[in-house]
Amino acid sequence: MNKVFNKIESITGNVITVKAQGVRYNELAQINTRFGKSLAQVNKIDGDVVSLQVFAGGQGISTGDEVRFLGHDMRVSFSDDLLGRIFNGSGEPRDKGPALTDNMKPIGGPSVNPTKRILANRMMRTNIPMIDMFNTLVVSQKLPIFSISGEPYNQLLARIALQAEADVIVLGGMGLKYDDFLFFKEELSNGGALSKTVMFVHTASDPTVECMMIPDMALAVAEQFALQDKDVLVLLTDMTNFADAMKEIAITQEQVPSNRGYPGDLYSQLASRYEKAVDFDSSGSVTVLAVTTMPGDDVTHPVPDNTGYITEGQYYLKGGRIEPFGSLSRLKQNVNGKTRKDHRILMDSMIRLYSSYKETLEKKNMGFSMNRWDEKLLKYGQLFENKLMDLSVNLTLEESLDLGWQILADCFQKDETGIKSDLTDEFWPVK
Amino acid sequence: MTANKGKVVSINGNLVSVRFENNVSMNEICYVNVDDTKLKSEVIRIRGNIAQIQVYEMTGGIKCGDEVDFTGEMLSAQLGPGLLGQIYDGLQNPLPVLAEQAGWFLERGNYAYGLDSEKKWEFTPTAKVGDILRAGEYIGTVPEGPFTHKIFIPFNLLGIYTLKSVAEKGEYTVNEEIAVLTDERGRDISVSMSFKWPVKRAIKCYSERLAPVETMETKVRLIDSFFPVAKGGTYCTPGPFGAGKTVLQHTTSKYADVDIVIIAACGERAGEVVETLTEFPELTDPKTGRSLMERTIIVCNTSSMPVASREASVYTAVTLAEYYRQMGLNVLMLADSTSRWAQAMREMSGRLEEIPGEEAFPAYLESYIAAFYERAGCVLLPDGSKGSVTIGGTVSPAGGNFEEPVTQATLKVVGAFHGLSRERSDARKYPAIDPLISWSKYKPVTDPAKSGFCKNILLHGDEIGSMMKVVGEEGTSIEDYTIYLKAEMLDAVYLQQNSFDSVEANCTKERQRYVTDKLVYILGSEYALDSKDDARSFFNRMRQKFIDWNYTEFDSEAFAGAEAEIDTMYADGQGKLSREAELLLKGGE
Repeated sequence: MNKVFNKIESITGNVITVKAQGVRYNELAQINTRFGKSLAQVNKIDGDVVSLQVFAGGQGISTGDEVRFLGHDMRVSFSDDLLGRIFNGSGEPRDKGPALTDNMKPIGGPSVNPTKRILANRMMRTNIPMIDMFNTLVVSQKLPIFSISGEPYNQLLARIALQAEADVIVLGGMGLKYDDFLFFKEELSNGGALSKTVMFVHTASDPTVECMMIPDMALAVAEQFALQDKDVLVLLTDMTNFADAMKEIAITQEQVPSNRGYPGDLYSQLASRYEKAVDFDSSGSVTVLAVTTMPGDDVTHPVPDNTGYITEGQYYLKGGRIEPFGSLSRLKQNVNGKTRKDHRILMDSMIRLYSSYKETLEKKNMGFSMNRWDEKLLKYGQLFENKLMDLSVNLTLEESLDLGWQILADCFQKDETGIKSDLTDEFWPVK
Repeated sequence: MTANKGKVVSINGNLVSVRFENNVSMNEICYVNVDDTKLKSEVIRIRGNIAQIQVYEMTGGIKCGDEVDFTGEMLSAQLGPGLLGQIYDGLQNPLPVLAEQAGWFLERGNYAYGLDSEKKWEFTPTAKVGDILRAGEYIGTVPEGPFTHKIFIPFNLLGIYTLKSVAEKGEYTVNEEIAVLTDERGRDISVSMSFKWPVKRAIKCYSERLAPVETMETKVRLIDSFFPVAKGGTYCTPGPFGAGKTVLQHTTSKYADVDIVIIAACGERAGEVVETLTEFPELTDPKTGRSLMERTIIVCNTSSMPVASREASVYTAVTLAEYYRQMGLNVLMLADSTSRWAQAMREMSGRLEEIPGEEAFPAYLESYIAAFYERAGCVLLPDGSKGSVTIGGTVSPAGGNFEEPVTQATLKVVGAFHGLSRERSDARKYPAIDPLISWSKYKPVTDPAKSGFCKNILLHGDEIGSMMKVVGEEGTSIEDYTIYLKAEMLDAVYLQQNSFDSVEANCTKERQRYVTDKLVYILGSEYALDSKDDARSFFNRMRQKFIDWNYTEFDSEAFAGAEAEIDTMYADGQGKLSREAELLLKGGE
């Protein structure tokens, strides 16, 4: 059944063309080069001219190399054996374990019927106060972490992976620095979370085409676990590298670019990945957290901009902290009304006071004199930043709320907080 | 019908080229046979004996030589009783039916009939044998929820017909023969309660198009009083992400004073559709007292569903809207978001290797957008009644920049512009419609002179506000400072509106008129205020009273009580009505 061809017509970048008949769109092929075997995927057919993107890249491919069509799409093996394993973008093991070939599932499958989804209404605890208390993560939510290069986004992801209430963690790394890959591996195994984690990793030195496969592989596996009643958390880093890989391939294939060189279907491509986040009616769920680095801290750059339209809010990572102003979890109202009755009001009041602190800080920097209220705000802002905003703080939601009241009590009188008196009477800490 | 077949010769994404032999027409529907499934597609370009088709599904697995069946029909919507309350995908497949057939996922090649073909409808004939009829006139009615659904002579029958026979009053399914017509040449045509109409063609079975004059109440104060929308008009809501476009449309779909609402969720999040699906059946329509779902149709093609059917979804939705308009109903069609629709066109245009226009959008973008919005309108129907389709579209401009092609092309053709701003949404001022940039060509529910008076205060207050940023509070006179505070108060108590509170969100036109009068009275008065601190605290308290008033039921005891408190407050501040405001209020009576 497998057809073999050994006349490669053209090689441009990572894309080769061969003359072949009876080839299916998106079919996989295997190329034997002198450097070993590589997978390739059909991405265009014009008569008998078939274009393929080569996963290992075009380097070293000879026009006489053998192309063997495999007769199926890109697939990924699915079983509980995946847990604790690390793979690359072609689905081959990156660790020393055996290759998995059982129960192959297609990747990039169809989208979920909207009538089979349910309204997101369960909180996913992470024990990071800036998330749990101020912008609660909800099961089945899709949220990007907007960040500039150099921010500790991978550290944040690793902490979330260790602490989040999820049955299975799927980590997809795209264009990861090798050190970051080692960091994730070490953190997860030290934290004891490796046994519930599957990693698909593409490092910066790996071929570009493999980078494009990572989200689909990670999400296909996540979806399968979710259909087995598991709550799955998918962590992707970094989606800007994924978009850049798409840009690279699109331009190699002479597609008309739309905005800053990105292909016109950037939105649809990103959306079809993010929309895999789902809470199945009477089954498990997939939650997606994805790092999106913003080139030049520019939120109007096509990648963060399109992402913002797709996702349900965003976390801004700035100065090593999750910014309370730009960050937004659109689904938090669905859950934060049923946690503790002081949750919402404390969240709002603390942010309001923090914004007054920022104004005061500005006034102070401009050299205006500080009155007593300003002094109180300055004290409050400092405490808030050190005790709650710092990324290393590890507290349950209830502890964070209690700490919030404590910080308020350390700085203000009850009536200065603008909180309804029945709540202050109940929760105000006694000195 | 003879089988018209072709063979696949090339594949590029969802664009497939097919070699054909017999005649093929533009926009004809065809099916690509892949293994055991048939993938629905549409012809979008013909060159020689090669037809290029866009496939409404994922194209993986297609190979050269695969057979293609041409149907000879254009992409059509099935029209008939039973559309209300349905949830369709962009090609009018009912999603709950697909879920029954295929389970969790939207498997490709899986299609379902748009109407329930089992359900029986209570038909009452209104036309008599021998009546002379044309397309768009009706032969009978069936009750559908709270509405009387008219059974039309199919819109695609272009001649003049004589009714030869009509079914008696009784129960029929949508596909049973309900009448026989005789055309001018004496041939008989059998009609049922349902028929097809190609979605990309506007339905024109009306006597005359009328100017949209009657205001459509959305119950959003900022819209109805300042930037209104007329029944049969068009409006657009551009805004950056997170500015509240979808929440605003959601509120409109709940409270708008129309008979039927059609929501086209085009390329947006599935979660939002789920929210509507969960919430609407629980809510009651203030007009009929029945479930809100009974007046709603959802056409959803979320962002991860195939792109080509995203393009079709807005046309499907507007066709359903036009169909109900033909029954003399007022229909509101909401498209969220038209940018995703434009992007779908851009993707196809790129694959067709057309010469790109601005930002790679195709050159025909503007004319397509214009043609789409032109399908809105208020019409006089053959039986003398009036119906309307109002279209509201959100736009998601890249980077929140309104200079981009989709926003600009839309602004040229709509009658009202509600521009959402990042500054207002960041300050949590919802709805985040920016009063300084928005406009409307329609008539507000309140007296335009009074709205103008309020708008002036806003403009003036904004100028003073920006001045104050430079010279500080110290450098501003108390008169100017008072105007600034008045503008702030107006913004807080009238422009901002809590869409999650059922009383506050549902502000009727009577109430808007009443409250505007009060505002003109209060804002048009001078007060005895000695210092800026005094002024600030006075307006802060006044604002609080006003907000409390907003949350009371109109014309209730609490309403009168809260109003009395405002009056006391006014007396305390020794308010004195200015000449201008006095004249304005007199003119209104």
